[in-house]
Amino acid sequence: MQDLPTSLEIVGVVSDFLREQILPGLEGRTKFHALVAANALDIVRRELETAPVANNDEREHLMSLLKSEGSLDELNNRLCEQITNGDMTLDTPGLKEHLWTSTLTKLAIDQPKYSAFKKALQEGRS
Amino acid sequence: MTDSNDKFSKALSNIALAHLDAHNISDLKRLSGGASQETWSFKTHNEGHIEHLILRRAPGGEGRNSSGTAIGLDTEAKLIGLAANANVAVPNVRYVAKPADNIGSGFIMDYVSGEALGAKIVRSDVFDAVRPMLAKQCGQALAGIHGLPMSALPTIRYSPASQEIKHYHDIYKAHGHPHPVFDLAFKWLSDNTPADDRITLVHGDFRNGNIMFDPIVGVSAVLDWELAHIGDPMEDMGWICVNSWRFGATEKPVGGFGSREDMFAGYEAAGGPSVDPARVKFWEVLGTLKWGVMCTTMYEAFRSGIDRSVERAAIGRRSSETEIDLLYLLAAD
Repeated sequence: MQDLPTSLEIVGVVSDFLREQILPGLEGRTKFHALVAANALDIVRRELETAPVANNDEREHLMSLLKSEGSLDELNNRLCEQITNGDMTLDTPGLKEHLWTSTLTKLAIDQPKYSAFKKALQEGRS
Repeated sequence: MTDSNDKFSKALSNIALAHLDAHNISDLKRLSGGASQETWSFKTHNEGHIEHLILRRAPGGEGRNSSGTAIGLDTEAKLIGLAANANVAVPNVRYVAKPADNIGSGFIMDYVSGEALGAKIVRSDVFDAVRPMLAKQCGQALAGIHGLPMSALPTIRYSPASQEIKHYHDIYKAHGHPHPVFDLAFKWLSDNTPADDRITLVHGDFRNGNIMFDPIVGVSAVLDWELAHIGDPMEDMGWICVNSWRFGATEKPVGGFGSREDMFAGYEAAGGPSVDPARVKFWEVLGTLKWGVMCTTMYEAFRSGIDRSVERAAIGRRSSETEIDLLYLLAAD
């Protein structure tokens, strides 16, 4: 067990520090890269918040979809194979829902401002 | 100025004197944008006559671009010249560098005024009046590019649909990280590959961001020809519809500024054959997937240590944008 602050708290405070203390004093390429850096920390923050539960759910969905066990990585590789060889198609019960759910989770962590993600939320696809 | 900059400036002055009808140059500066090529802006002077010119050259003045799919700058200049003859809006090429010029491989063209930043074309009110015409004009420009006689073209890569799919599938597999949505898209593409029944020059990077737009006349120059190749002309139509180039305006599929119907109408009115929307969709799916795979490629440059910038690392987390776009294209209902 780790002591406090939590990793989530550390990443949050460093991101705030970059945005509030560092970015206003920068210009040009350096400012752009500092903004990319702050955004990258925000990805880590959202992943720390969301991924533990979401990845567990994804693994369970995959095990029931593929009727087999394994790590998240192994199961995803198996899913890729079955899609490629045609054993699983969009008509396979549960596949389409699984792909939407896992993709929306990625977007919620990686790029929550992306146009198609916002559209999907409006349409209630989550 | 550093020594190498000084040498470069001197070499450019010599070109201006010998080939551009000028006595000297001024205001030489590197423009942002164009990661694979350098773009420089400068002015030439002859008595009171001043011209604004652009130099496009290989990074650091080397002979060749390192990217495997890019054509050389001299070939790029040739293609732009051919397009100009066919009345496609392109910059006027003034001079193609020779080895003796000592600026590396590159060419000089007239400066074209306008805006090439995609987000501005989509959002700025300066473009409100002209925006409804842009998709049609893009269709017209593509009809001109695709109508160039094959016999006149320099030797460039031939890459029909099946080859494009294989190319990006190989890159994806080498990446070694599972993306089930990519596999879904590759499978759909291989099941829906169109016949190679019309083969023409393909611009290869025809999208919002590589086209100069003027607030009054609309399309003023088609830029960035380095990915030109021979293939299915519908590749260009699909690429400009990829959601990544709509800059948030998802409801306007052509570059975030227009409709497919308008682009097709412009294409057909300018002499292009009638457009099969299903084939354009095939290329939009392939284009979307291609950008997703390219995001992983840029991350690979980080992982391998070639480019340790935060930007290269972070772009790997943008491939998910293309996955949601692919789901909208293939699994929306």
